Amino acid sequence: MAVKKEPQKSNVSKEELLGFYREMLLIRRFEEKAGQLYGMGLIGGFCHLYIGQEAVVVGLEACTKEGDKRITSYRDHGHMLACGMDPKGVMAELTGREGGYSKGKGGSMHMFSKEKHFYGGHGIVGAQVPLGAGLALADKYLGNDNVTFTYFGDGAANQGQVYETYNMAELWMLPVIFVIENNQYAMGTSVKRSTKSGTFFGRGAAYGIPGEQVDGMDVLAVKAAGEKAVAHCRAGQGPYILEMMTYRYRGHSMSDPAKYRTREEVEKIRSEKDAIEHVRDLLLNAGLASEEDLKIIDREIKEQVNASAEFAKDSPEPALTELWTDIYA
Amino acid sequence: MATEVLMPALSPTMEEGTLAKWLVKVGDVVKSGQILAEIETDKATMEFEATDEGRVGALLVAEGTAGVKVNTPILLMSEEGEAVAAKAAPVAATAAPAPVAAAAPVAASVSVVSKASPDWADGTPMKTMTVREALREAMAEEMRANPTVMLMGEEVGEYQGAYKISQGLLEEFGPKRVVDTPITEMGFTGIAVGASWGGLNPIVEFMTWNFAMQAIDHILNSAAKTNYMSGGQMGAPIVFRGTNGAAARVGAQHSQDYAAWYAAIPGLKVVMPYSAADAKGLLKTAIRDRNPVVFLENEILYGQTFEVPDLPDLTIPFGKARIWREGSDVTIVSFGIGMKYALEAADILAKDGISAEVVDLRTLRPIDYDTVLASVMKTNRCVTVEEGFPVGSIGDHLASTIMQRAFDYLDAPVVTCTGKDVPMPYAANLEKLALVTTAEVVAAVKSVCYR
Repeated sequence: MAVKKEPQKSNVSKEELLGFYREMLLIRRFEEKAGQLYGMGLIGGFCHLYIGQEAVVVGLEACTKEGDKRITSYRDHGHMLACGMDPKGVMAELTGREGGYSKGKGGSMHMFSKEKHFYGGHGIVGAQVPLGAGLALADKYLGNDNVTFTYFGDGAANQGQVYETYNMAELWMLPVIFVIENNQYAMGTSVKRSTKSGTFFGRGAAYGIPGEQVDGMDVLAVKAAGEKAVAHCRAGQGPYILEMMTYRYRGHSMSDPAKYRTREEVEKIRSEKDAIEHVRDLLLNAGLASEEDLKIIDREIKEQVNASAEFAKDSPEPALTELWTDIYA
Repeated sequence: MATEVLMPALSPTMEEGTLAKWLVKVGDVVKSGQILAEIETDKATMEFEATDEGRVGALLVAEGTAGVKVNTPILLMSEEGEAVAAKAAPVAATAAPAPVAAAAPVAASVSVVSKASPDWADGTPMKTMTVREALREAMAEEMRANPTVMLMGEEVGEYQGAYKISQGLLEEFGPKRVVDTPITEMGFTGIAVGASWGGLNPIVEFMTWNFAMQAIDHILNSAAKTNYMSGGQMGAPIVFRGTNGAAARVGAQHSQDYAAWYAAIPGLKVVMPYSAADAKGLLKTAIRDRNPVVFLENEILYGQTFEVPDLPDLTIPFGKARIWREGSDVTIVSFGIGMKYALEAADILAKDGISAEVVDLRTLRPIDYDTVLASVMKTNRCVTVEEGFPVGSIGDHLASTIMQRAFDYLDAPVVTCTGKDVPMPYAANLEKLALVTTAEVVAAVKSVCYR
């Protein structure tokens, strides 16, 4: 595997790099396991895997403090793991079991953790954008310095409500970071087949919102940009847009015909841009970790993911009485 | 030749107004477009312009006169050079107490046989207020009591409310808690739902529920379903309120009644009050509820006056119908403005010797089935009244429920009176035809009584 980037990219510490490696690997192995369980019929319905995009959430979570909030779309497993939610509870929700974060009543697309300030998991494309700005409005109203990370894809970025939200977020100077995960494809429609407007972050200029495009396959670049955005928001300067250039290796969902892009395109990104390989190379080339050190981490992650899958299989289905609970608070 | 200038109708529902201020005096020469007076309607204070040139011959209605009916002559305009008619002296404010809002026909009819309300103790001092004032008072009281209650919507602040419901709230609570939004229903509704998850108790005012169609995804998918989808972690303590149903002559896109639509959605609570006391007590309950509440108001009812208990903290529980008048021959079930037709019909029927029990559902989710069923088991006949479309109406749902749970008690099929199965027409005669009418309710009752 060729080295893709210069190793001495930033003054990141060994511990931090190892942490990034571990967290990104957890997401990837978790998603691979979810794919297997789906194939075995243990996970049903829609299941959108995050494989390929791991650096985005891991880099941004490195910029957060307690109290910060996050909200995203239906491709949400990575965000939950990155903010510290228990893989067992996430996997058990995927299998629709009592031990899941929503007691099995939400599923892959609808999971929440108030404790970890994770506000979903939203199945309607773009809906999470005003919802995220609303979380930020509450924080501003309550007078704290929390920031809300509002994630959405290049597909959602064409929704009208995104621009209604941009307008109000800047008008009211809300502490919200709009993170556009531009993985190049809205389901099967490539960006160039859905818009002629160049960059997505650039659309913020019409509302006075600053932003930038970031190499979303480089966790260090993501973190650096995230820190800048967070500083902007915490200083009361209003919203910020980060357009993360990333790539999804798997299909849109589990039932993707993969007719809209070539196998070669996917392979090229995987071999040249992979976020986990990048950190692995940084660690090895700088002598911060040995192959053996990384193998130990790999093994630990594998065990953690297997344990989550076992939990998700063993957890019972929700009691039939659960049908009628939680309709009202 | 002197020309009479008439009291104008400055809103679709205006029937009368207050002549707040004259801006011209006798003898002034006015140009067309010049402002003659400030007229206060039930919605706003508006400037009234001259349409023609002339000299002010006489002011026929004194400044400060309330209850001036639309089309009452208020000013006499003489042509240049014409002598001012001596007889046209200004009418003193005290001499022109045109029937004031307090004597609105609905208030008069409901006072006939109203059952003592169980919502407050007998002997509670009462005050007279409009539905509009009741809604405003409910919001102000809850905002004073809880600093996380805030109001947002189009024109709620500086404009003082498109229908004056929020009048004065910006002054009392400031722009942080009374937030004017751009005209972007989907965006600001999503923001409000997010804010409710973040610790606030937003009240979202829709200028009308027709515009909330742009935001219905957030009301249903974001607000109503998330507590369930999160296994009980994330209820949305939020109130969506505004005017619903037909006003007058505003056409198909501004006249829909959404009662049955929202009442179909688990996770929402749905309120549709008729009286001012219910508007106040139910809105206060809605603001305190930890769930999303759809609160359906009616523009025609805003200006109607009712007796409201003078209590420091009037709340009315959801899921409890009110029996407005007791009767033995037939049960008429309605809600919101449908109650106007139900009560009028009951008055007419009483003269024909038919004793109707009139039940106001007040909340459509939850629905007080027990009160409806108990009444039908007593009277053995039922007619439902609402302004919404006939297909999938609240009446349909009640008819089905009564059939399943009280079939053996029925002496006649349940008849549903609804708006007609047409988009709302603009023409006055057709609009009247499209809405449910008192005569239709009377006819329906007679049919189920086989009279």
